[in-house]
Amino acid sequence: MKWMKNLKTYVPPSFVVERDDYRCIRCKACVEQCSFDATFYDEEEDRVWTWNANCVGCNRCAAICPTDAITVRRADPTYRYNHNWNGHVDGLKKRAIFGGTPVVSMGNDKPYPIYWDHMLLNASQVTNPSIDPLREPMELKTFLGRKPDSISVSDDGLKTKLAPQLELDIPIMFAAMSYGALSYNVIEALGRAAKEMGTYYNSGEGGLNKDHYKFKGNIIVQVASGRFGVHKDYLDVGSAIEIKIGQGAKPGIGGHLPGEKVSETISETRMMPKGSDALSPAPHHDVYSIEDLRQLIYALKEATEYKKPIAVKIACVHNVAAIASGIARAGADIIVLDGFKGGTGASPQVIRDNIGLPIEVSLAVVDERLRQEGIRQYVSIVASGGIRNSMDVVKAIALGADAVYIGTAALVAIGCTMCQQCHTGKCAWGIATQDPHLSKRVNPDIASKRLINLLEVWALEIKETMGAMGINSIESLRGNRLNLRGVGLNEKELEILGILPAGE
Amino acid sequence: MKIVKIREDNCIFCHLCEVACIVEHSQSKDIIKAFKREERPIARCTVEFNYPVSLSVMCRHCDDAPCIEACQNGSMHRDERGYVVVNPETCVGCWMCIMACPYGVIKRDTRREKWGLSTKCDLCPDRVIPACVEACPNEALTFEEL
Ligand code: SF4
Ligand code: SF4
Ligand code: SF4
Ligand code: SF4
Ligand code: SF4
Repeated sequence: MKWMKNLKTYVPPSFVVERDDYRCIRCKACVEQCSFDATFYDEEEDRVWTWNANCVGCNRCAAICPTDAITVRRADPTYRYNHNWNGHVDGLKKRAIFGGTPVVSMGNDKPYPIYWDHMLLNASQVTNPSIDPLREPMELKTFLGRKPDSISVSDDGLKTKLAPQLELDIPIMFAAMSYGALSYNVIEALGRAAKEMGTYYNSGEGGLNKDHYKFKGNIIVQVASGRFGVHKDYLDVGSAIEIKIGQGAKPGIGGHLPGEKVSETISETRMMPKGSDALSPAPHHDVYSIEDLRQLIYALKEATEYKKPIAVKIACVHNVAAIASGIARAGADIIVLDGFKGGTGASPQVIRDNIGLPIEVSLAVVDERLRQEGIRQYVSIVASGGIRNSMDVVKAIALGADAVYIGTAALVAIGCTMCQQCHTGKCAWGIATQDPHLSKRVNPDIASKRLINLLEVWALEIKETMGAMGINSIESLRGNRLNLRGVGLNEKELEILGILPAGE
Repeated sequence: MKIVKIREDNCIFCHLCEVACIVEHSQSKDIIKAFKREERPIARCTVEFNYPVSLSVMCRHCDDAPCIEACQNGSMHRDERGYVVVNPETCVGCWMCIMACPYGVIKRDTRREKWGLSTKCDLCPDRVIPACVEACPNEALTFEEL
């Protein structure tokens, strides 16, 4: 017995791992694959067993077991039922026993309303024809960047000089996830998929490994408050530069990459000592106002000779519309709105679960505000934070987004089971880790293929839905809220989302 | 000629190649029966580990197979597919092949009554894709032309 339970540190386990002992052939694959020290083999007893207290519910063991002997179950709360308190008892105990605020990862998991699921799309019937995307051309091509107020055309083509644009074959990009938070192989897979699909992946705030410069043409580089890994070559390799002001999962606080994840190569990429914590400050210390932001935007434009669009990413917070208007006026070409369900590699639980706004609402109010002010054409809007499927993409675009970012969905596509342990660096799926042995669990050949499949399927689903609506170009769907109807929403919510209720 | 290509960058040390090899060389070819009811065959591949490196090693089916040279009675031979295999009827377990193999991929089965049996990868004669290759969850083994 390697472990003995101790009442002093006892918090009931969140999961129970059941092993069908008849089916178990003692191959020990589960033992090796569990990176959380929850599974053991006892030689004397010839038994494989689980220390449930350590289990994080990543399901790696169940997935690898060749005889399907393992079932991972959520442990039912054994306390007396109390709607008010049940969900808080363990959190209280953890703080009291261990004395620290719990750190978590991935996005907000609390049961806040999901507005995507309260919006229904339209389809053509009788009075207008639907289109079959397999027979007729369908355009998903999207350009992100500042659009002119008007254009003039001559026989030689467009006369108006356009601001730099990002050209996307599909309106879906991979959100900022840094090398450091994610393993090398995952970044490699994201890069390959972005290249293949004619879209972009975002470097995140950790700089860019030299090997990944090969993805030039499909990278958006991020400049965050820590300025890790930012230098001339880095800016040059990006097709656009994204200033990260905030992140949906943790609005108002900075980043923290624990020292354990700062390996040799990470330290080189981030230009910081190996093994030291990478702390990005909460604010950019040179951006305390919209005027300061303008300076940073133009400093970056200047540094890249006005050849690249500059994006500004903010977490959706209460005054998001006014802030977005300021950002548009400060000279940004793209605004990235990150809703409160967006993921993270590490965030204090209280912040993740209680701060921010839903992306659906934020997107609607920002699009509306910019239209009212007559500046919508100055910026493209990218919606991010909780885009789960292709219909969320369609609804986001109908609400006013030009494109979306996916982060969590992309990780799930390559194996992630959302066990929320990214901050531990022990990811059993080899995704959020720098352990060279664990990282091998992501084979970039397989992972990039899966990402490509995902985007191809989503693209087809989007085209199918557009066809049903009788729309053959994504441009005609953009901000087309008449194709949305709300169900189960109150009048105020409908008003804010700018959509009609079902039946009207 | 196709052989099993070892891609150590992708090996995750799960041992499923060994499991699949055991099942393939069992009587029943049923994973639970092979492990629980039968005399368990020996895995022809071996997963080696030295953090962070891990890889599965099995016979390379060498062109100039030293094991064939070393075998005293022709038990170790090349079959009609061109792969190096042991004839269990004639193998007397002298282990000369083991001494000769530069990769150390031949194992000793000492469970027969009279003589030992040299046991090695036969590249799954009953299959199109070898069992280990099919079982590997991370494409760390692939079946490819040399
Ligand atoms: S992976 Fe399955 S069969 Fe193998 S030891 Fe674990 S439970 Fe048993
Ligand atoms: S592999 Fe994951 S699910 Fe299985 S016991 Fe370990 S922590 Fe729990
Ligand atoms: S057993 Fe060893 S020597 Fe013989 S063919 Fe295989 S690898 Fe070569
Ligand atoms: S090819 Fe067949 S015999 Fe050879 S190691 Fe793989 S499973 Fe075993
Ligand atoms: S099955 Fe594949 S990944 Fe697993 S140990 Fe064998 S070679 Fe390595």
